[in-house]
Amino acid sequence: MNILSIRNIDQGAIMKLNKILKNTLLVVIACFALSACATKKVSTSQMQSDVYTGTDTIEYLASGVPDRVFFATNESVLTTASRETLRKQAAWLRKNSDITIVLEGHADERGTREYNLALGERRANAAKDYLMTYGISSDRISVLSYGKERPVDSGSNPLAWSKNRRSVTVKAN
Amino acid sequence: MKSIINKFLILLLVILFFPIKSFGLIEVDITRGNLNPLPLAVSPLSIDEKSKKSFENLLKKKNIGEEISSIVENNLKTSGLFNPLNKDAFLQAPDIANLKPRFEDWNLIKAQALITGKVSNVDKKLRVEFRLWDVLAGKEMMALAFTTVPTNWRRVGHIISDKVYERLTGEKGYFDTRIIYVAEEGPKTKRIKKLAIMDQDGANNKFLTLGNELVLTPRFNPTSQMVTYLSYFRNLPRVYLLDIETGMQEVVGDFPGMTFAPRFSPDGKKIIMSFANDGKSDIYTMDLENRIVEKITNHPSIDTSPSYSPDGKYICFNSDRSGYQQIYVMKSDGSNVKRISFGNGIYGTPVWSPRGDLIAFTKLHKGKFYIGVMRTDGSGERLLTENFYQEAPSWSPNGRVLIFYRETKTDEKGKGFSAKLWSIDLTGYNERMVKTPTDGSDPSWSSLLSN
Repeated sequence: MNILSIRNIDQGAIMKLNKILKNTLLVVIACFALSACATKKVSTSQMQSDVYTGTDTIEYLASGVPDRVFFATNESVLTTASRETLRKQAAWLRKNSDITIVLEGHADERGTREYNLALGERRANAAKDYLMTYGISSDRISVLSYGKERPVDSGSNPLAWSKNRRSVTVKAN
Repeated sequence: MKSIINKFLILLLVILFFPIKSFGLIEVDITRGNLNPLPLAVSPLSIDEKSKKSFENLLKKKNIGEEISSIVENNLKTSGLFNPLNKDAFLQAPDIANLKPRFEDWNLIKAQALITGKVSNVDKKLRVEFRLWDVLAGKEMMALAFTTVPTNWRRVGHIISDKVYERLTGEKGYFDTRIIYVAEEGPKTKRIKKLAIMDQDGANNKFLTLGNELVLTPRFNPTSQMVTYLSYFRNLPRVYLLDIETGMQEVVGDFPGMTFAPRFSPDGKKIIMSFANDGKSDIYTMDLENRIVEKITNHPSIDTSPSYSPDGKYICFNSDRSGYQQIYVMKSDGSNVKRISFGNGIYGTPVWSPRGDLIAFTKLHKGKFYIGVMRTDGSGERLLTENFYQEAPSWSPNGRVLIFYRETKTDEKGKGFSAKLWSIDLTGYNERMVKTPTDGSDPSWSSLLSN
């Protein structure tokens, strides 16, 4: 919204100005636009429709195998990116057939405690089901929900909450 | 716990005079928000020198009479219905007031009711008598005497408060009660949680677990001797049963996964809880005598936070079967499931009131959390308090007050987080923080201990 209003005002002004002034103004506008984009990017580039897409909190089970997937508010549906992560985990688990895992499901702090415990369990099970369709035996997977009890980011803002809505695959042995 | 109650059985309730069924004496209306608390005077309980000395040695309290009356004063003040007047203005000495108050003197300082009393040491026991007077009518309203072991002195103060509350409001009090809750410490990402128990006024705080494992949602049984709660012992979240007196703990049932959200049935014979399996959570009961487990709901959704009606015939719970968390009511066998919450937002943690007519709940709407009440058919929704985050109301045994917990917003650097217990009247007035030594959450109110 900011960018739009700046552009409108300045387009009117530009026509009345000589070439030199116009060029300098354009630079100024460009700076405005860039800085506006830059600040906006920080908050949006790490989230896509409520789901965390950044890498801040991710750890790796093995090289190129991220340990966690993220969810939208109140959801337990796996995103395209999450499915890709889980396929990598499945491939790694197939190669290391002696490894067993715990899927730890979590919720953000914006829900009642008891419901969040169930939601964490549901999220971890979504990940479990997907791993099983890629050939990982349910014997190797256990599920543990922490609800909202173990946030990874303690902030009270949408980005922090998106990092906390997660299912983390942890080596159990 | 049991021993405390046994000790208290020694307590002899001697009715000196029957409360006079009276004509037009003072009454306190508790059905509406009370903006004009009743002014009353709590005269310090008088005590003879010899008794005073003996109790000072025993209890390390200079004047046990004054201590007991200040408990009464604090309770009545906290209820929001009474305005205990400043003692400095009292004209009559405690011992004389207890014999025969000079009502003109008490009228002068605008006291409408007066509490007087006397403490003495009788055969190493604590004997307390107290009287409640109607100042305007110039009449005694009630007179009672108790004898008990001296260490019970705080409870005597609470029982006097309950009697006064009952006489003046017509409803049972809630002062001789305890709160069980989760004491919290440490950073938000690695919170250490312990079960803790304290008197309703915050005294006698005691930790029941060490904090080695995560514990959540403790709830009393009807006699307030047992607690059911969730523990992550050995990283297996399961419902446990704890005997407060003996410290004995046992896991409830033999479920192959997480059990949570436990509560007792109103007769104390069953535990109702959720069991999560394959991404869905259903409600189960377990009979504590024969260990028989029954499945109450059977739905692919999340069904949790169950709570029985006081007659045990119905269960309210929350479910996301409609797509979002809403409140439902069903018969206790699981039949006749009916959604009752239809307002804007999502609804959780329904708790049936001990009077049976209302259900308290948590509501989330447009980023704000509310504690509210509705009738058991979902009509008459009333929101009592709005905040950034608050949930899990628990009723006082008389159904007049709700206790819940509230968390504050945390800034970018992770600073500013706190979790505190709060209470509010059913009327929406008299909201206050309940002091605890550490942060606290998940409070559960006991029944009246003396009954």
